[in-house]
This record gives sequence, structure tokens and C-alpha cells, in this order.
Amino acid sequence: MMDKHRILQAIRPYALILPAMLGIAVFVIYPVLYLAYLSLYKYNLMNPAKSKYVGLENYTAILAREDFYKALVNTALYTFGTVVLTLVISLAIAVWLKQSTKINAFIQAGIFTPHIVSVVSISLVWLWMMEPNLGFLNFVLKSLGLPTSQWLQSSDTALLSVIIVAVWQGIGYYVLILVAALQGISPSIYEAAALDNASKWKVFYKITLPMISPQLFFILVIMTIGSFKVFDTVRMMTNGGPNNATNTLVYYIYQNRTTNIGYASATGMVLMVIIGILTFVYFRMLAKKVHYQ
Amino acid sequence: MTLLVPLVQRVFGVLFKLLLLMIFVFPFLWMISTSLQTFRETLSYPPTLVPAVPQFINYMTALEAGPFGTYFKNSIIITLSIIVIQMLVLIPAAYSFAKYKFKGSGLLFSFVLLAFMIPGQVTFIPVYLMMSDWGIGRTLLPQIIPFMTNAFGIFLLRQYFKQIPEELIEAARLDNASELKILMKLMLPMSKPALATIALFSFVSHWNDYFWPLVMTDSAAVRPLTIGISMLRETEGISNWHVIMAGNVILVVPILLVYIFCSKQIVKAFVYSGIK
Repeated sequence: MMDKHRILQAIRPYALILPAMLGIAVFVIYPVLYLAYLSLYKYNLMNPAKSKYVGLENYTAILAREDFYKALVNTALYTFGTVVLTLVISLAIAVWLKQSTKINAFIQAGIFTPHIVSVVSISLVWLWMMEPNLGFLNFVLKSLGLPTSQWLQSSDTALLSVIIVAVWQGIGYYVLILVAALQGISPSIYEAAALDNASKWKVFYKITLPMISPQLFFILVIMTIGSFKVFDTVRMMTNGGPNNATNTLVYYIYQNRTTNIGYASATGMVLMVIIGILTFVYFRMLAKKVHYQ
Repeated sequence: MTLLVPLVQRVFGVLFKLLLLMIFVFPFLWMISTSLQTFRETLSYPPTLVPAVPQFINYMTALEAGPFGTYFKNSIIITLSIIVIQMLVLIPAAYSFAKYKFKGSGLLFSFVLLAFMIPGQVTFIPVYLMMSDWGIGRTLLPQIIPFMTNAFGIFLLRQYFKQIPEELIEAARLDNASELKILMKLMLPMSKPALATIALFSFVSHWNDYFWPLVMTDSAAVRPLTIGISMLRETEGISNWHVIMAGNVILVVPILLVYIFCSKQIVKAFVYSGIK
């Protein structure tokens, strides 16, 4: 009787986590191993028995194909543009709206709205807004006497247009985080700076920025990893075009997923390694603590 | 005069803030306006801001373009099933990781973090093949069961459980309360904010999800609303913006209603998830 109780005690923690671990094993670990396996094959979707082992051929094919580099560079440009614009604009808005007043809370909630709306809706609305002939954006530009743009329909501006939509959708979330961070800075620090007659810019550089550096870093990492996975807006608004100008890594994998599974899987492995490296860098820097202390 | 200057400044401050707000809200107003216009009005220049006669018929046209009853039902079934299953899986796991010391817990928890980091964009090809192999490719299950383990949820709830003082649990144990009772009557009621955050997050992200249903489904019978709406451009023609926007309103309204009624909780939930 006593033994039974003790065995139960010993097993319980494992039993409680069993379903969660099963989910991870079946839907994360196993698929990653399966992906690695697929990446070594010329996979035949119609008749898997006819799949052929090709070693690292898919990987060497990736490195030799120009469209892969195009997708990689696009993804990097997209990531850089989105991250920089979001950081700068959300910081400016957060500083502007940091006082906790009713109107500021209302504006913040409004700015946040696009963040909880599906990318499908966002993309459709912006496709319509950015329509070159009838769209509202060009109407505004024309009314202000500014030159209009082809937006998503020209390979020169398509990637920038996708970036604008991403920044517009995401910014509300980062404003919220930064406002919370700014409100967390103790007023006594600012009072001390005021006694020293420090200029506004100096206070911002020497006090505000260092104090919210953990949150800025959090945003930097979350956005970099998230941006490398960009797909939805691309699929909805441009289908990677025009002329591959907005083809990104995940869209590239998606394009090849039925016609060339082995090759798509190898590209998936590359994506995983990139995300892995970014995450690793994140944890390394987190350990070193980007902070004022 | 001296009183007037701060007043003017304040008025301008508020005006600029409203202008900022419009940048984020106007596209939605534009969507609603377009959804009520005639085809001719959508072609006019300058653009029509307020339709002469609201064309509610656009909504009927959009709804008749596909099996939207099925899409809507699928979205609800998928989203609710995911939330329920995730809760059943993550609550015991978070409790175990937070309150028991056991061999290998560190290693096992690192698997949770690993799962958190590997996105569906990496695993979708093998998962799709697995689902076909299992013969469930044409059901709703491929859109539900891969999400059974919510790694973020386990992480968040574990943090929350850890903050509940050990003395409270010991006291309950001395009262001969079973572990289940401790979990249900003590731990869960004290973790309501975390549970609400996790559920809201799941709801928003799976109701809105586009990528996963796109790569998992081949037939209308199992597709959710996001896919149905995105296909309007193909079925209705890419220039029928009034109908496309009507469909879009149908997709956005449920989530906007949820947001309007609990914007405070949602905003708090998102801030909380970002800072922890």
C-alpha cells in the first residue's frame, strides 16, 4: 500500500507533462528529423517508394541557384527595413504618448488594433489602398501635389510597400511595450537630471535609452526572427512578384513544396539554421545582459 | 493671453494625436465604406468617401461566392478545439514543471523552449505528409492537433504558478486536499490573468491564421474563414473591391467586437507577454 503511494508520487510529475511532451515529440521533434531526412532525397509525392537518395545534392543546388539568393537577400532587406522603421517610429510614438492619460490610452488602443486583425484583412485593405489608379494613397499624394507611386505593382517599390504594411500592422504592439517600459522608469532619476540642468537630448541618450534597452533588445530580436518568417503579406499581396522582387525564404519554400519536396525541405533546413543562429545570439546577449546595471 | 498659449498647445496636441490615430484606423473605415459602395462608386475619382445609398447587397454577393457557412463553422470549431485541448495539456504540464522536483525536468523543459522556437514555417512539409499518411488529411484535425502543446502557454503559466507561495500549497496538503483539488481550487483561481492571456492569444492567433490552413487544406469542406475570404479575389475578380471589402468586413467584425469589449484585457495581455 505504502509502496503504491510512493510509486504514484514518483510517476506523477512525468505523467502530468506526458501529453505536452507527446505533442512536442510528434509535431516538432519528429517533423524536424523528417525534414532533415526529406532534404536528402529526390522525393516523389505521387509514389514515395520511388524517392531517390541524393545525399547533399539539394543543398548544393540551393547554393547554385540565383532565385534562392534573391529570396535570401529580399528577406534580409525586408527584415532590416521592418526592424529599423518599427524601432524608430514606435520609440517616437511611445515617448510622445508615455504620460498615462485617458486620451493616450485611447490612442494606443487604436494604434494596436491592426495587430489583432488577420493578415488576410490587412493585406486586402492595403491592396485596395495601394491600388495605383483608384487607391486612396495615390489620391492623397496627388492632392498634396506629390508624385504618385505604383506601390505593389512595380518591382522597385513592391518590397518597400510590403515593409510599410508590416510596420503599420506591428507598431501598436511595440508602442505598448515601450510605453510600459518608459512608465517604469523612476521619476526620481529624471528629477536628479533636472537638478543637473541636463538638456532634453542628453536625458534621452543618457537615461531614457539605457533604461529601456532590455525592451528595445527584446523588440529587436522578436522582430528579426519574426521577419525572417514573413509569408502571409507576400502571398496575399504580391505572390512574390513582380519579377521576384518580393520573393522571401518562406514563400520560396512554399513555391517548391509540391513540385520539389526534397529541395523545399533543404531550404526549410536552411531557414531553421538561420532562426537557430538568431535565437542563439539572443540568448548569449541576454546572458550578458544589455542593461544599465 | 498667457492662459491662451497652453490651451492652444493642448488643442494642437490632441489634434495631432487624433491624426496619428487616423493613420491606423482610417484603412478600416475605408474598408467599411467601400463595402457599401456600388461598383461605379469604387471607380470614381476623387474616391467616394460616403456611399450615396449603402449597398448591403454586396454582403450577400460576397457570402454567395463560396460556402461561407462551412468556412465560419470550421473557423469556430478549429479555434475553440485548439483552446480547449491546449488548456487540458498545458495546465498539468505547467503545474508539474513549477511545483515538482524530478529527474530530467531541466532537460525536458528545454524541449518546451525548443518547441517554442521552431516555427510552423519549418515543419509544415513533414507535418502535411504525416497527416496524409495517417489518413486524416481531409479532416479538420491537421489544423487542430499540431497545436496541442502551447509552449508559450506552458512557459507563462509555469512562471505564474511559481509565484504562488509554497506555504499555501503545504497548508492545503495538511488539510488532506488532493493534488487535483489543490490545482482546481487554489492554483487555477489564482492564475486567472495568465489563463486569460493564454486563451486570448490562442483565439486571436488561430482565428486569424492564414499560413497553416493554406498549406494544410486542399478542399473547401475543411477551410476556415481566412482562406475563404482570401479566395474572393479569385472568385469575384480582382477589381470588384466593393464585394471583396464586404467579405473582409465579415472576417474582421468578430475579432473587432472581441477587441472593443475587452480591449483593456487584450492590451494588458499583450504587454504582459512582452515584458516577462
